[in-house]
Amino acid sequence: MRDVSMGQYYPASSPVHRADPRFKLVILILYLVTVFFCDSFFSFGFMTLFVLITIFLSRVPILKVLKSLKLVIIILVFTTLLMMIFYTDTKSAPLAEWGIFHIYLNGIYAAIKLGWRLMLLVLMPTVLTLTSTPTELCDGLESLLSPLKVLHLPVHELALIMSIALRLIPTLIEETDKIVNAQRARGAAFESRNPFKKIKAMIPVLIPLFVSSFRRADELADAMDSRCYRGAKGRTRMKKLKAKLSDFVALLFWCAITVCILFLNYNWFGWAFITALGI
Amino acid sequence: MSFLEFKNVEYSYVGGDDELVSALKDISLTVERGEFVALVGCNGSGKSTLARLCNGLIAPDGGEVLVDGKPTTDKSALFDIRKKIGIVFQNPDNQMVTTIVEDDVAFGPENLGLKPDEIRARVDWALKSVGMSEHAKSGPFRLSGGQKQRVAIAGVLAIKPELMILDEATGMLDPNGRREVLEVVKKLNRDENMAVIMITHFMEEAAAADRIIVLNKGSIAADGGKELFNTPEVFEDAGLDLPLYVRLARRLNDIGMDVGCPLTADEFAAAVAAIATEGGKR
Repeated sequence: MRDVSMGQYYPASSPVHRADPRFKLVILILYLVTVFFCDSFFSFGFMTLFVLITIFLSRVPILKVLKSLKLVIIILVFTTLLMMIFYTDTKSAPLAEWGIFHIYLNGIYAAIKLGWRLMLLVLMPTVLTLTSTPTELCDGLESLLSPLKVLHLPVHELALIMSIALRLIPTLIEETDKIVNAQRARGAAFESRNPFKKIKAMIPVLIPLFVSSFRRADELADAMDSRCYRGAKGRTRMKKLKAKLSDFVALLFWCAITVCILFLNYNWFGWAFITALGI
Repeated sequence: MSFLEFKNVEYSYVGGDDELVSALKDISLTVERGEFVALVGCNGSGKSTLARLCNGLIAPDGGEVLVDGKPTTDKSALFDIRKKIGIVFQNPDNQMVTTIVEDDVAFGPENLGLKPDEIRARVDWALKSVGMSEHAKSGPFRLSGGQKQRVAIAGVLAIKPELMILDEATGMLDPNGRREVLEVVKKLNRDENMAVIMITHFMEEAAAADRIIVLNKGSIAADGGKELFNTPEVFEDAGLDLPLYVRLARRLNDIGMDVGCPLTADEFAAAVAAIATEGGKR
Protein backbone atom coordinates (compact mmCIF):
# COMPACT_ATOMS: atom_id res chain seq x y z
CA MET A 1 0.00 0.00 0.00
CA ARG A 2 3.03 2.19 0.45
CA ASP A 3 3.63 2.91 -3.20
CA VAL A 4 0.49 4.89 -3.90
CA SER A 5 1.93 7.67 -5.94
CA MET A 6 -1.12 9.87 -6.26
CA GLY A 7 -0.88 13.06 -4.33
CA GLN A 8 2.83 12.72 -3.72
CA TYR A 9 5.24 15.31 -4.94
CA TYR A 10 8.27 14.18 -6.90
CA PRO A 11 10.95 16.82 -6.50
CA ALA A 12 12.84 17.57 -9.70
CA SER A 13 13.85 20.56 -11.74
CA SER A 14 11.83 20.62 -14.94
CA PRO A 15 9.77 23.02 -17.01
CA VAL A 16 6.64 21.22 -15.82
CA HIS A 17 7.65 21.68 -12.19
CA ARG A 18 8.39 25.34 -12.70
CA ALA A 19 5.15 26.13 -14.51
CA ASP A 20 2.63 28.32 -12.74
CA PRO A 21 0.22 26.04 -10.83
CA ARG A 22 -2.75 28.14 -11.93
CA PHE A 23 -1.94 27.43 -15.55
CA LYS A 24 -1.36 23.78 -14.76
CA LEU A 25 -4.79 23.56 -13.18
CA VAL A 26 -6.48 25.31 -16.10
CA ILE A 27 -4.62 23.13 -18.60
CA LEU A 28 -5.64 20.05 -16.62
CA ILE A 29 -9.31 20.99 -16.78
CA LEU A 30 -9.00 21.75 -20.47
CA TYR A 31 -7.25 18.41 -20.96
CA LEU A 32 -9.89 16.44 -19.05
CA VAL A 33 -12.65 17.98 -21.14
CA THR A 34 -10.71 17.29 -24.30
CA VAL A 35 -10.22 13.63 -23.38
CA PHE A 36 -13.99 13.26 -23.38
CA PHE A 37 -14.08 14.54 -26.96
CA CYS A 38 -11.60 11.94 -28.17
CA ASP A 39 -13.45 9.54 -30.39
CA SER A 40 -11.20 7.80 -32.88
CA PHE A 41 -8.13 5.72 -32.15
CA PHE A 42 -6.14 8.35 -33.93
CA SER A 43 -7.32 11.08 -31.52
CA PHE A 44 -6.55 8.85 -28.53
CA GLY A 45 -3.08 8.21 -29.91
CA PHE A 46 -2.67 11.92 -30.53
CA MET A 47 -3.57 12.74 -26.90
CA THR A 48 -1.39 9.96 -25.52
CA LEU A 49 1.55 11.33 -27.47
CA PHE A 50 1.22 14.69 -25.73
CA VAL A 51 0.73 13.06 -22.36
CA LEU A 52 3.96 11.14 -22.91
CA ILE A 53 5.74 14.31 -24.00
CA THR A 54 4.55 16.05 -20.82
CA ILE A 55 5.73 13.17 -18.66
CA PHE A 56 9.06 13.19 -20.47
CA LEU A 57 9.43 16.96 -19.96
CA SER A 58 8.56 16.62 -16.27
CA ARG A 59 11.58 14.32 -15.67
CA VAL A 60 9.41 12.11 -13.46
CA PRO A 61 10.22 8.44 -14.06
CA ILE A 62 7.42 7.09 -16.25
CA LEU A 63 6.95 4.08 -13.93
CA LYS A 64 6.15 6.44 -11.09
CA VAL A 65 3.35 7.95 -13.17
CA LEU A 66 2.08 4.58 -14.36
CA LYS A 67 1.86 3.35 -10.78
CA SER A 68 -1.15 5.61 -10.33
CA LEU A 69 -3.02 3.25 -12.66
CA LYS A 70 -2.76 0.58 -9.98
CA LEU A 71 -5.42 2.47 -8.05
CA VAL A 72 -7.96 2.24 -10.83
CA ILE A 73 -6.97 -1.12 -12.30
CA ILE A 74 -10.06 -2.87 -10.92
CA ILE A 75 -12.44 -0.24 -12.25
CA LEU A 76 -10.51 -0.28 -15.50
CA VAL A 77 -10.76 -4.05 -15.99
CA PHE A 78 -14.37 -4.16 -14.86
CA THR A 79 -15.69 -1.39 -17.05
CA THR A 80 -13.85 -2.54 -20.15
CA LEU A 81 -15.05 -6.09 -19.65
CA LEU A 82 -18.65 -5.03 -19.13
CA MET A 83 -18.45 -2.74 -22.13
CA MET A 84 -17.14 -5.59 -24.25
CA ILE A 85 -19.83 -8.13 -23.33
CA PHE A 86 -22.83 -5.84 -23.21
CA TYR A 87 -22.13 -3.60 -26.19
CA THR A 88 -24.86 -4.10 -28.75
CA ASP A 89 -24.30 -3.27 -32.37
CA THR A 90 -27.42 -3.51 -34.50
CA LYS A 91 -25.58 -3.14 -37.77
CA SER A 92 -23.22 -6.08 -37.66
CA ALA A 93 -23.27 -9.67 -36.56
CA PRO A 94 -21.69 -10.58 -33.21
CA LEU A 95 -18.33 -12.35 -33.23
CA ALA A 96 -19.41 -14.53 -30.36
CA GLU A 97 -22.46 -14.98 -28.19
CA TRP A 98 -23.25 -16.68 -24.85
CA GLY A 99 -26.77 -16.08 -23.61
CA ILE A 100 -27.10 -12.41 -22.80
CA PHE A 101 -23.41 -11.79 -23.45
CA HIS A 102 -22.16 -11.05 -26.91
CA ILE A 103 -19.06 -9.64 -28.42
CA TYR A 104 -19.11 -7.38 -31.44
CA LEU A 105 -16.07 -5.99 -33.22
CA ASN A 106 -17.30 -2.48 -32.47
CA GLY A 107 -17.81 -3.56 -28.87
CA ILE A 108 -14.15 -4.47 -28.62
CA TYR A 109 -13.23 -1.09 -30.09
CA ALA A 110 -15.54 0.71 -27.67
CA ALA A 111 -14.12 -1.20 -24.71
CA ILE A 112 -10.54 -0.40 -25.66
CA LYS A 113 -11.46 3.26 -26.07
CA LEU A 114 -13.18 3.31 -22.71
CA GLY A 115 -10.16 1.83 -20.96
CA TRP A 116 -7.83 4.12 -22.83
CA ARG A 117 -9.93 7.14 -21.88
CA LEU A 118 -9.89 6.13 -18.21
CA MET A 119 -6.12 5.81 -18.28
CA LEU A 120 -5.74 9.22 -19.87
CA LEU A 121 -8.06 10.66 -17.24
CA VAL A 122 -5.92 9.28 -14.42
CA LEU A 123 -2.46 9.94 -15.83
CA MET A 124 -2.52 13.71 -16.21
CA PRO A 125 -3.86 14.55 -12.73
CA THR A 126 -1.08 12.31 -11.43
CA VAL A 127 1.46 14.30 -13.39
CA LEU A 128 0.01 17.44 -11.83
CA THR A 129 0.35 16.21 -8.24
CA LEU A 130 3.78 14.75 -8.93
CA THR A 131 5.10 18.02 -10.30
CA SER A 132 3.38 20.54 -8.02
CA THR A 133 3.70 20.78 -4.27
CA PRO A 134 0.46 20.85 -2.29
CA THR A 135 1.27 24.43 -1.35
CA GLU A 136 1.50 25.39 -5.01
CA LEU A 137 -1.75 23.62 -5.81
CA CYS A 138 -3.39 25.21 -2.82
CA ASP A 139 -2.16 28.68 -3.82
CA GLY A 140 -3.13 28.09 -7.43
CA LEU A 141 -6.61 26.95 -6.53
CA GLU A 142 -7.06 29.82 -4.14
CA SER A 143 -6.00 32.28 -6.79
CA LEU A 144 -8.24 30.73 -9.45
CA LEU A 145 -11.25 30.61 -7.16
CA SER A 146 -10.68 34.04 -5.64
CA PRO A 147 -13.47 35.66 -7.72
CA LEU A 148 -15.88 33.44 -5.77
CA LYS A 149 -14.98 35.30 -2.59
CA VAL A 150 -17.61 37.79 -3.68
CA LEU A 151 -20.16 35.06 -3.05
CA HIS A 152 -18.69 34.58 0.46
CA LEU A 153 -17.25 31.22 -0.47
CA PRO A 154 -14.43 30.37 1.99
CA VAL A 155 -11.88 30.01 -0.79
CA HIS A 156 -8.80 30.15 1.40
CA GLU A 157 -10.16 27.56 3.80
CA LEU A 158 -11.12 25.22 0.96
CA ALA A 159 -7.65 25.47 -0.54
CA LEU A 160 -6.03 24.84 2.84
CA ILE A 161 -8.26 21.82 3.46
CA MET A 162 -7.16 20.40 0.14
CA SER A 163 -3.52 21.01 0.93
CA ILE A 164 -3.78 19.31 4.32
CA ALA A 165 -5.67 16.40 2.79
CA LEU A 166 -2.89 15.85 0.27
CA ARG A 167 -0.31 16.21 3.00
CA LEU A 168 -2.01 13.56 5.15
CA ILE A 169 -2.42 10.88 2.47
CA PRO A 170 0.99 9.27 3.07
CA THR A 171 0.63 9.60 6.85
CA LEU A 172 -2.73 7.87 6.83
CA ILE A 173 -1.46 5.13 4.53
CA GLU A 174 1.36 4.50 6.96
CA GLU A 175 -1.15 4.46 9.79
CA THR A 176 -3.40 2.01 7.94
CA ASP A 177 -0.44 -0.29 7.42
CA LYS A 178 0.30 -0.22 11.13
CA ILE A 179 -3.30 -0.95 12.12
CA VAL A 180 -3.59 -3.74 9.55
CA ASN A 181 -0.50 -5.36 10.99
CA ALA A 182 -1.74 -4.90 14.54
CA GLN A 183 -5.08 -6.53 13.69
CA ARG A 184 -3.35 -9.25 11.72
CA ALA A 185 -1.29 -10.00 14.83
CA ARG A 186 -4.60 -10.55 16.62
CA GLY A 187 -5.75 -12.95 13.95
CA ALA A 188 -7.81 -10.77 11.61
CA ALA A 189 -8.48 -12.53 8.31
CA PHE A 190 -7.23 -10.10 5.70
CA GLU A 191 -5.95 -12.94 3.56
CA SER A 192 -9.39 -14.46 3.13
CA ARG A 193 -10.34 -15.01 -0.49
CA ASN A 194 -13.95 -14.25 0.20
CA PRO A 195 -14.46 -10.60 -0.74
CA PHE A 196 -17.23 -10.15 1.85
CA LYS A 197 -15.00 -11.45 4.61
CA LYS A 198 -12.27 -9.16 3.34
CA ILE A 199 -14.54 -6.15 3.53
CA LYS A 200 -15.71 -7.18 6.98
CA ALA A 201 -12.10 -7.48 8.09
CA MET A 202 -11.58 -3.84 7.13
CA ILE A 203 -14.03 -2.60 9.78
CA PRO A 204 -11.61 -3.09 12.70
CA VAL A 205 -9.09 -1.18 10.59
CA LEU A 206 -11.33 1.71 9.67
CA ILE A 207 -12.58 2.45 13.18
CA PRO A 208 -9.14 2.96 14.77
CA LEU A 209 -8.14 4.86 11.65
CA PHE A 210 -11.05 7.24 12.12
CA VAL A 211 -10.31 7.70 15.81
CA SER A 212 -6.67 8.44 15.17
CA SER A 213 -7.54 10.81 12.32
CA PHE A 214 -9.67 12.85 14.67
CA ARG A 215 -6.86 12.93 17.19
CA ARG A 216 -4.44 14.00 14.50
CA ALA A 217 -6.82 16.72 13.36
CA ASP A 218 -7.06 17.94 16.92
CA GLU A 219 -3.29 18.08 17.36
CA LEU A 220 -2.82 19.72 13.98
CA ALA A 221 -5.36 22.39 14.91
CA ASP A 222 -3.46 23.09 18.13
CA ALA A 223 -0.18 23.29 16.25
CA MET A 224 -1.70 25.66 13.69
CA ASP A 225 -3.21 27.82 16.40
CA SER A 226 0.15 27.93 18.15
CA ARG A 227 1.73 29.10 14.92
CA CYS A 228 -0.54 32.15 14.84
CA TYR A 229 -3.00 30.84 12.26
CA ARG A 230 -6.22 32.85 12.14
CA GLY A 231 -7.59 32.13 8.70
CA ALA A 232 -6.96 34.17 5.58
CA LYS A 233 -7.04 37.40 7.57
CA GLY A 234 -3.78 39.30 7.24
CA ARG A 235 -2.00 36.29 5.79
CA THR A 236 0.75 36.75 3.23
CA ARG A 237 2.67 34.29 1.06
CA MET A 238 6.34 33.51 0.81
CA LYS A 239 6.07 32.42 -2.81
CA LYS A 240 4.08 34.78 -4.95
CA LEU A 241 2.61 33.17 -8.05
CA LYS A 242 3.95 34.77 -11.19
CA ALA A 243 2.77 33.83 -14.67
CA LYS A 244 5.62 33.54 -17.14
CA LEU A 245 5.53 33.75 -20.92
CA SER A 246 6.12 30.00 -21.08
CA ASP A 247 2.92 29.44 -19.10
CA PHE A 248 0.89 31.31 -21.70
CA VAL A 249 2.65 29.41 -24.48
CA ALA A 250 1.81 26.09 -22.81
CA LEU A 251 -1.81 27.12 -22.40
CA LEU A 252 -2.06 28.18 -26.05
CA PHE A 253 -0.47 24.92 -27.05
CA TRP A 254 -3.03 22.86 -25.17
CA CYS A 255 -5.82 25.00 -26.59
CA ALA A 256 -4.48 24.10 -30.01
CA ILE A 257 -4.55 20.41 -29.09
CA THR A 258 -8.16 20.78 -27.98
CA VAL A 259 -9.05 22.37 -31.29
CA CYS A 260 -7.29 19.54 -33.14
CA ILE A 261 -9.27 16.93 -31.21
CA LEU A 262 -12.52 18.77 -31.88
CA PHE A 263 -11.65 18.83 -35.57
CA LEU A 264 -10.87 15.13 -35.57
CA ASN A 265 -14.13 14.49 -33.81
CA TYR A 266 -16.55 16.70 -35.74
CA ASN A 267 -14.77 17.20 -39.04
CA TRP A 268 -16.69 20.43 -39.67
CA PHE A 269 -15.33 20.94 -43.17
CA GLY A 270 -15.78 17.33 -44.21
CA TRP A 271 -12.11 16.85 -44.93
CA ALA A 272 -11.50 13.46 -46.46
CA PHE A 273 -8.21 12.74 -44.70
CA ILE A 274 -9.89 12.94 -41.31
CA THR A 275 -12.50 10.44 -42.41
CA ALA A 276 -9.64 8.30 -43.70
CA LEU A 277 -8.08 8.25 -40.22
CA GLY A 278 -11.01 6.00 -39.47
CA ILE A 279 -12.52 4.58 -36.34
CA MET B 1 6.45 42.39 35.38
CA SER B 2 7.35 38.84 34.54
CA PHE B 3 7.30 37.57 31.00
CA LEU B 4 5.11 34.57 31.79
CA GLU B 5 3.20 34.37 35.01
CA PHE B 6 0.84 31.73 36.38
CA LYS B 7 -1.29 33.04 39.24
CA ASN B 8 -3.03 30.32 41.28
CA VAL B 9 -4.01 28.48 38.13
CA GLU B 10 -6.56 25.68 38.35
CA TYR B 11 -7.54 23.42 35.50
CA SER B 12 -9.76 20.39 35.37
CA TYR B 13 -11.29 18.33 32.61
CA VAL B 14 -13.95 15.66 32.33
CA GLY B 15 -12.27 12.30 32.41
CA GLY B 16 -13.27 8.94 31.01
CA ASP B 17 -15.79 8.14 33.75
CA ASP B 18 -17.57 11.50 33.49
CA GLU B 19 -15.71 12.55 36.59
CA LEU B 20 -14.04 15.91 36.90
CA VAL B 21 -10.30 15.33 36.93
CA SER B 22 -8.22 18.08 38.41
CA ALA B 23 -5.18 18.40 36.14
CA LEU B 24 -3.57 21.42 37.76
CA LYS B 25 -4.06 22.66 41.31
CA ASP B 26 -3.13 26.13 42.44
CA ILE B 27 -0.12 26.57 40.19
CA SER B 28 1.87 29.78 40.61
CA LEU B 29 5.11 30.33 38.81
CA THR B 30 6.96 32.87 36.69
CA VAL B 31 9.31 32.47 33.77
CA GLU B 32 11.58 35.28 32.61
CA ARG B 33 13.07 36.01 29.20
CA GLY B 34 16.13 33.94 28.38
CA GLU B 35 15.53 31.24 30.99
CA PHE B 36 16.06 27.57 30.25
CA VAL B 37 13.52 25.64 32.26
CA ALA B 38 12.89 21.92 32.36
CA LEU B 39 9.42 20.89 33.40
CA VAL B 40 9.44 17.30 34.55
CA GLY B 41 6.78 14.97 35.82
CA CYS B 42 5.45 11.53 35.05
CA ASN B 43 2.43 10.83 32.84
CA GLY B 44 -0.69 12.54 34.07
CA SER B 45 1.18 15.07 36.17
CA GLY B 46 -0.32 17.94 34.15
CA LYS B 47 2.76 18.93 32.14
CA SER B 48 1.06 19.18 28.77
CA THR B 49 -1.93 20.96 30.25
CA LEU B 50 0.45 23.55 31.65
CA ALA B 51 2.03 24.04 28.22
CA ARG B 52 -1.33 24.50 26.52
CA LEU B 53 -2.32 27.09 29.10
CA CYS B 54 0.73 29.22 28.30
CA ASN B 55 -0.40 30.38 24.86
CA GLY B 56 -4.12 30.25 25.43
CA LEU B 57 -4.89 26.97 23.65
CA ILE B 58 -6.95 26.28 26.76
CA ALA B 59 -8.20 28.75 29.36
CA PRO B 60 -7.64 28.24 33.08
CA ASP B 61 -10.67 27.33 35.20
CA GLY B 62 -9.35 29.40 38.06
CA GLY B 63 -6.60 31.95 38.45
CA GLU B 64 -4.82 33.68 35.58
CA VAL B 65 -2.09 33.10 33.04
CA LEU B 66 -0.38 36.36 32.11
CA VAL B 67 2.00 36.93 29.21
CA ASP B 68 3.69 40.29 29.47
CA GLY B 69 0.87 41.26 31.78
CA LYS B 70 -1.92 40.28 29.39
CA PRO B 71 -4.24 37.42 30.38
CA THR B 72 -4.53 34.53 27.91
CA THR B 73 -8.30 34.71 28.26
CA ASP B 74 -8.28 38.04 26.42
CA LYS B 75 -9.16 36.92 22.86
CA SER B 76 -7.82 40.12 21.32
CA ALA B 77 -4.39 39.53 22.89
CA LEU B 78 -4.13 35.89 21.79
CA PHE B 79 -2.43 36.63 18.47
CA ASP B 80 0.28 38.67 20.21
CA ILE B 81 0.68 36.04 22.90
CA ARG B 82 1.15 33.30 20.30
CA LYS B 83 3.71 35.46 18.52
CA LYS B 84 5.69 35.51 21.77
CA ILE B 85 5.19 31.91 22.85
CA GLY B 86 5.61 29.02 20.44
CA ILE B 87 4.96 25.38 21.21
CA VAL B 88 6.59 22.36 19.60
CA PHE B 89 4.46 19.27 20.13
CA GLN B 90 5.33 15.64 20.54
CA ASN B 91 4.45 14.18 17.17
CA PRO B 92 6.22 15.96 14.30
CA ASP B 93 3.83 14.38 11.78
CA ASN B 94 0.88 16.15 13.34
CA GLN B 95 2.43 19.60 13.19
CA MET B 96 3.18 19.84 9.51
CA VAL B 97 0.71 21.65 7.38
CA THR B 98 2.27 20.89 4.06
CA THR B 99 4.67 18.52 2.35
CA ILE B 100 7.67 20.70 1.61
CA VAL B 101 10.00 21.59 4.46
CA GLU B 102 10.47 25.26 3.59
CA ASP B 103 6.77 25.78 2.87
CA ASP B 104 5.94 24.34 6.24
CA VAL B 105 8.44 26.57 8.03
CA ALA B 106 6.96 29.54 6.15
CA PHE B 107 3.47 28.83 7.52
CA GLY B 108 4.02 30.78 10.75
CA PRO B 109 5.59 33.92 9.26
CA GLU B 110 2.91 33.88 6.54
CA ASN B 111 0.28 34.03 9.26
CA LEU B 112 2.06 37.06 10.71
CA GLY B 113 1.48 38.88 7.44
CA LEU B 114 5.13 39.57 6.70
CA LYS B 115 6.50 40.58 3.30
CA PRO B 116 7.61 37.71 1.02
CA ASP B 117 11.35 38.49 1.25
CA GLU B 118 11.15 38.86 5.03
CA ILE B 119 9.46 35.44 5.19
CA ARG B 120 12.13 33.99 2.91
CA ALA B 121 14.87 35.42 5.15
CA ARG B 122 13.26 34.03 8.30
CA VAL B 123 12.72 30.60 6.76
CA ASP B 124 16.32 30.40 5.62
CA TRP B 125 17.53 31.59 9.02
CA ALA B 126 15.31 29.18 10.95
CA LEU B 127 16.33 26.20 8.83
CA LYS B 128 19.97 27.15 9.22
CA SER B 129 19.60 27.47 12.99
CA VAL B 130 18.36 23.90 13.25
CA GLY B 131 20.85 22.65 10.66
CA MET B 132 18.27 21.63 8.08
CA SER B 133 19.11 24.03 5.26
CA GLU B 134 20.01 21.30 2.80
CA HIS B 135 16.60 19.68 3.24
CA ALA B 136 14.63 22.86 2.51
CA LYS B 137 13.05 21.48 -0.65
CA SER B 138 12.48 17.91 0.41
CA GLY B 139 9.36 16.28 1.75
CA PRO B 140 9.17 15.52 5.47
CA PHE B 141 8.60 11.83 4.67
CA ARG B 142 12.16 11.37 3.59
CA LEU B 143 13.43 12.69 6.93
CA SER B 144 14.23 10.90 10.17
CA GLY B 145 12.24 11.59 13.33
CA GLY B 146 14.91 13.90 14.73
CA GLN B 147 15.10 15.81 11.47
CA LYS B 148 11.32 16.16 11.30
CA GLN B 149 11.23 17.49 14.83
CA ARG B 150 13.99 19.96 13.96
CA VAL B 151 11.81 21.15 11.08
CA ALA B 152 8.93 21.56 13.53
CA ILE B 153 11.23 23.61 15.75
CA ALA B 154 12.23 25.73 12.75
CA GLY B 155 8.54 26.27 12.02
CA VAL B 156 8.06 27.75 15.47
CA LEU B 157 11.40 29.54 15.39
CA ALA B 158 10.54 31.40 12.19
CA ILE B 159 7.87 33.25 14.15
CA LYS B 160 10.74 34.46 16.38
CA PRO B 161 9.03 33.74 19.69
CA GLU B 162 10.53 34.91 22.97
CA LEU B 163 9.68 31.63 24.61
CA MET B 164 9.66 28.21 23.03
CA ILE B 165 7.89 25.40 24.80
CA LEU B 166 8.83 21.88 23.79
CA ASP B 167 6.01 19.63 24.89
CA GLU B 168 7.68 16.22 25.05
CA ALA B 169 9.15 17.15 21.69
CA THR B 170 11.74 14.40 22.02
CA GLY B 171 9.32 11.78 23.28
CA MET B 172 9.02 9.92 20.00
CA LEU B 173 12.66 10.16 19.01
CA ASP B 174 15.54 7.73 19.32
CA PRO B 175 18.58 8.74 21.41
CA ASN B 176 20.28 10.30 18.39
CA GLY B 177 17.22 12.34 17.51
CA ARG B 178 16.88 13.43 21.14
CA ARG B 179 20.48 14.59 21.21
CA GLU B 180 20.04 16.51 17.93
CA VAL B 181 16.98 18.33 19.25
CA LEU B 182 18.51 19.09 22.64
CA GLU B 183 21.65 20.54 21.03
CA VAL B 184 19.56 22.80 18.80
CA VAL B 185 17.48 24.01 21.72
CA LYS B 186 20.51 24.71 23.90
CA LYS B 187 22.10 26.65 21.07
CA LEU B 188 18.98 28.75 20.51
CA ASN B 189 18.75 29.54 24.20
CA ARG B 190 22.40 30.55 24.29
CA ASP B 191 22.72 32.42 20.98
CA GLU B 192 19.27 33.93 20.53
CA ASN B 193 18.54 34.40 24.24
CA MET B 194 15.26 32.62 23.63
CA ALA B 195 13.58 31.33 26.75
CA VAL B 196 12.89 27.60 26.68
CA ILE B 197 10.53 25.44 28.66
CA MET B 198 11.42 21.85 27.99
CA ILE B 199 8.74 19.45 29.06
CA THR B 200 10.17 16.00 29.37
CA HIS B 201 10.40 12.86 31.39
CA PHE B 202 13.93 12.14 30.24
CA MET B 203 15.95 13.26 33.22
CA GLU B 204 19.15 13.53 31.19
CA GLU B 205 17.45 16.34 29.26
CA ALA B 206 16.23 18.00 32.42
CA ALA B 207 19.80 18.03 33.67
CA ALA B 208 20.72 20.31 30.76
CA ALA B 209 18.39 23.05 31.99
CA ASP B 210 19.27 25.88 34.38
CA ARG B 211 16.04 25.54 36.29
CA ILE B 212 13.96 22.48 36.98
CA ILE B 213 10.29 22.44 37.88
CA VAL B 214 8.95 19.14 39.17
CA LEU B 215 5.26 18.58 38.70
CA ASN B 216 3.53 15.91 40.74
CA LYS B 217 -0.19 15.17 40.37
CA GLY B 218 -0.98 18.68 39.24
CA SER B 219 1.04 20.55 41.84
CA ILE B 220 4.53 21.95 41.81
CA ALA B 221 6.65 19.64 43.96
CA ALA B 222 9.90 21.52 43.51
CA ASP B 223 11.27 24.47 41.58
CA GLY B 224 14.95 25.21 41.62
CA GLY B 225 18.38 24.94 40.00
CA LYS B 226 20.57 21.92 39.50
CA GLU B 227 21.00 21.65 43.27
CA LEU B 228 17.64 19.85 43.22
CA PHE B 229 19.54 16.72 42.23
CA ASN B 230 21.09 16.73 45.69
CA THR B 231 17.66 15.97 47.11
CA PRO B 232 16.68 12.99 44.98
CA GLU B 233 13.57 12.30 47.07
CA VAL B 234 11.85 15.16 45.24
CA PHE B 235 12.13 13.29 41.96
CA GLU B 236 11.48 9.87 43.37
CA ASP B 237 8.28 11.05 45.05
CA ALA B 238 7.09 12.43 41.73
CA GLY B 239 7.64 9.02 40.15
CA LEU B 240 10.73 10.07 38.20
CA ASP B 241 14.10 8.47 37.72
CA LEU B 242 17.26 10.40 38.42
CA PRO B 243 19.65 11.10 35.56
CA LEU B 244 21.93 8.14 34.92
CA TYR B 245 25.08 9.86 36.19
CA VAL B 246 23.40 11.12 39.32
CA ARG B 247 22.33 7.55 40.08
CA LEU B 248 25.82 6.25 39.40
CA ALA B 249 27.37 8.92 41.57
CA ARG B 250 24.97 8.12 44.39
CA ARG B 251 26.01 4.48 44.32
CA LEU B 252 29.64 5.53 44.40
CA ASN B 253 28.96 7.97 47.23
CA ASP B 254 27.24 5.14 49.12
CA ILE B 255 30.37 3.00 49.00
CA GLY B 256 32.46 5.89 50.17
CA MET B 257 33.73 7.41 46.92
CA ASP B 258 32.76 11.06 47.07
CA VAL B 259 32.18 12.12 43.44
CA GLY B 260 29.71 14.87 44.29
CA CYS B 261 26.71 15.29 42.04
CA PRO B 262 27.76 15.15 38.36
CA LEU B 263 24.99 15.60 35.77
CA THR B 264 26.67 14.75 32.49
CA ALA B 265 29.10 12.13 31.26
CA ASP B 266 31.90 14.71 31.16
CA GLU B 267 31.32 15.93 34.68
CA PHE B 268 31.12 12.37 35.92
CA ALA B 269 34.33 11.40 34.16
CA ALA B 270 36.07 14.48 35.58
CA ALA B 271 34.91 13.68 39.12
CA VAL B 272 36.01 10.07 38.87
CA ALA B 273 39.32 11.10 37.32
CA ALA B 274 39.90 13.57 40.14
CA ILE B 275 39.40 10.83 42.71
CA ALA B 276 41.62 8.47 40.78
CA THR B 277 44.52 10.97 40.65
CA GLU B 278 43.96 11.81 44.31
CA GLY B 279 44.14 8.12 45.16
CA GLY B 280 47.33 7.83 43.14
CA LYS B 281 48.91 10.64 45.12
CA ARG B 282 47.95 9.15 48.44
